[in-house]
Amino acid sequence: MQRYILKRLLLMIPTLFGVAVLVFVMLRVAPGDIVELKYAGTGTFAPKEAIERERAQLGLDKPLWHQFISWMWGIARLDFGNSMWTGRPVIHEIAIRLELSLQLALMATIVAVFLSVPLGTLAALKQDTWIDYFVRVFSIAGLAVPSFWLGILIILGFLIFFKWLPPLTFTSFWVDPKANLTQLIWPALAVGYRYSAVATRMTRSAVLEVLREDYVRTARAKGLLEKVVLVRHALKNALLPVITVIGLEFAFLVGGLVVTEQVFNLNGIGMLFVESIAQRDYIMVQTLVLLISFVFIFVNFVVDLVNASLDPRIRYQ
Amino acid sequence: MAKALTAATDAGVVFHTRRGFDVCVRFARERALGAAGAVIILVMIFAALVADLFAPFDPLETDYAAMLQGPSSTHWFGTDSFGRDVLSRLIYGSRTALWIGFSSSFMGATVGAVIGVASAYFGGKADLIVQRFMDLLLSFPLIVLALVVVAVLGTGTTNVIFAITVPMLPRCALVVRSSALSLRQMPFVDAARALGFGHRRIIFRHMLPNVMAPYLVMLTAFLGQAILLESSLSFLGLGVTEPTAAWGLMLRGAAVEFAERAPWMAIFPGLAISLSVFAFNLFGDSLRDALDPKLRLS
Repeated sequence: MQRYILKRLLLMIPTLFGVAVLVFVMLRVAPGDIVELKYAGTGTFAPKEAIERERAQLGLDKPLWHQFISWMWGIARLDFGNSMWTGRPVIHEIAIRLELSLQLALMATIVAVFLSVPLGTLAALKQDTWIDYFVRVFSIAGLAVPSFWLGILIILGFLIFFKWLPPLTFTSFWVDPKANLTQLIWPALAVGYRYSAVATRMTRSAVLEVLREDYVRTARAKGLLEKVVLVRHALKNALLPVITVIGLEFAFLVGGLVVTEQVFNLNGIGMLFVESIAQRDYIMVQTLVLLISFVFIFVNFVVDLVNASLDPRIRYQ
Repeated sequence: MAKALTAATDAGVVFHTRRGFDVCVRFARERALGAAGAVIILVMIFAALVADLFAPFDPLETDYAAMLQGPSSTHWFGTDSFGRDVLSRLIYGSRTALWIGFSSSFMGATVGAVIGVASAYFGGKADLIVQRFMDLLLSFPLIVLALVVVAVLGTGTTNVIFAITVPMLPRCALVVRSSALSLRQMPFVDAARALGFGHRRIIFRHMLPNVMAPYLVMLTAFLGQAILLESSLSFLGLGVTEPTAAWGLMLRGAAVEFAERAPWMAIFPGLAISLSVFAFNLFGDSLRDALDPKLRLS
């Protein structure tokens, strides 16, 4: 098992290296660079030497392979470089936003789990009744409603009925838990609904499948209480694929909340990503993409481990 | 002799379309939800095709005398902050959504299917390299990869189509490859090889038609996602650009700014997005149930 874990961890390195090469090349193909954008923003005429000087300062005048190697060499020493826009270390810029994004992703996951597991199980137990139809329509609708629009509707509702607007600044949970939760619960609901739709559908089909298994029939034939059959025999087995889905969705959320953050005016990873793309902040975009795909690969790995520890049939070599 | 054999092997894999009408009728009868989705999709396609006849106003025409007006008999769904008719923009927006949705899912699914089949057919090192590359593309959330592509290509309708195609590719390639792997062992593939057919002919004429079911399932599943992704990109200002009528774009900026004064600007485009994605998902789900033999058994 330890060897398997080590192997999986080591295998992440070539994948992340591939991601690094891919995003590096793609960004350099893009027309325009940060220096041009900076000067275009000021609206004044920029002398050619000034542009060249700034490019040299950012290392953009060096050949591409040189830029790539110095970036990689930095990462090997855990120095991810400085933001080309603000000049501050990217790690610092990311760290102050990561708390918000992680908390939001966690809260959305909690919302999704509490909605999807009971709803999905109920729908499976009452298959083809009006309860089942309701849950199915609720979850298909959840996949269709864009979470940013749901966010807009929530804000609109608060604005019209309570004259309340989401605050402009983020309050950390450690500073003021109540203010923090009232700020984040609404985006968490907007995102969690969509997320729960995915998980509900998975729960329903997994429970349906498990209920047809022989061991469930055996458990019932033994005269066990329906509650025991359901919780001990059915749910315990049905939840494996659900855990997988929830894990993968969580991984998507850490970097994928781009639009919802925009709606609720939350300065998280997603907003930083969009801003740095617009500003052609190469170093920032590269680091963010690496971080997002690292989280994604890592969560995949954790999900595999959790599944293996829950299901004795799964053995990895 | 060789010619007759060629005809026979090719004919054996041709997809049957003659019974198309009967199949549609049966689909509608057995899967009411899917048929309902199909009806909504057809209405949307119709609206998009004849938008010029239907829309009461020019979607781009600004009228500063009629800014932010509520729903009335002239402007059914109200007007936006430029005095443009929201209903007309919605109708023309279906054109944008469908065009981007169809073309990106079609490209994504088709190129993905070809990659998947070719990868399974050639196997070995080529397969390994292609799969690693696909894994690479799969290690990003959909929207993050789309945003990176937009960063490279820039905004605008055509670029958005590419930005949505790229993240779809590996997902389809993965699914199609797994069903093509078992096809590769089929005798008819060996027969085609024994007859000395080229790789291209075997891939396109013998293997691809046999992965039609997963291909169609992926294609319809992509449609809803593509429309959702397009509206997200446009909402961020990194997709379709003004003044083109697009649902996501209609929700951007003024719709949020004036939400209290003119809620219709925020409500109707979102409804349009939700309804169309809902319809595509309903249809796609039913199609998957109908085409997936594993599910048909249960």
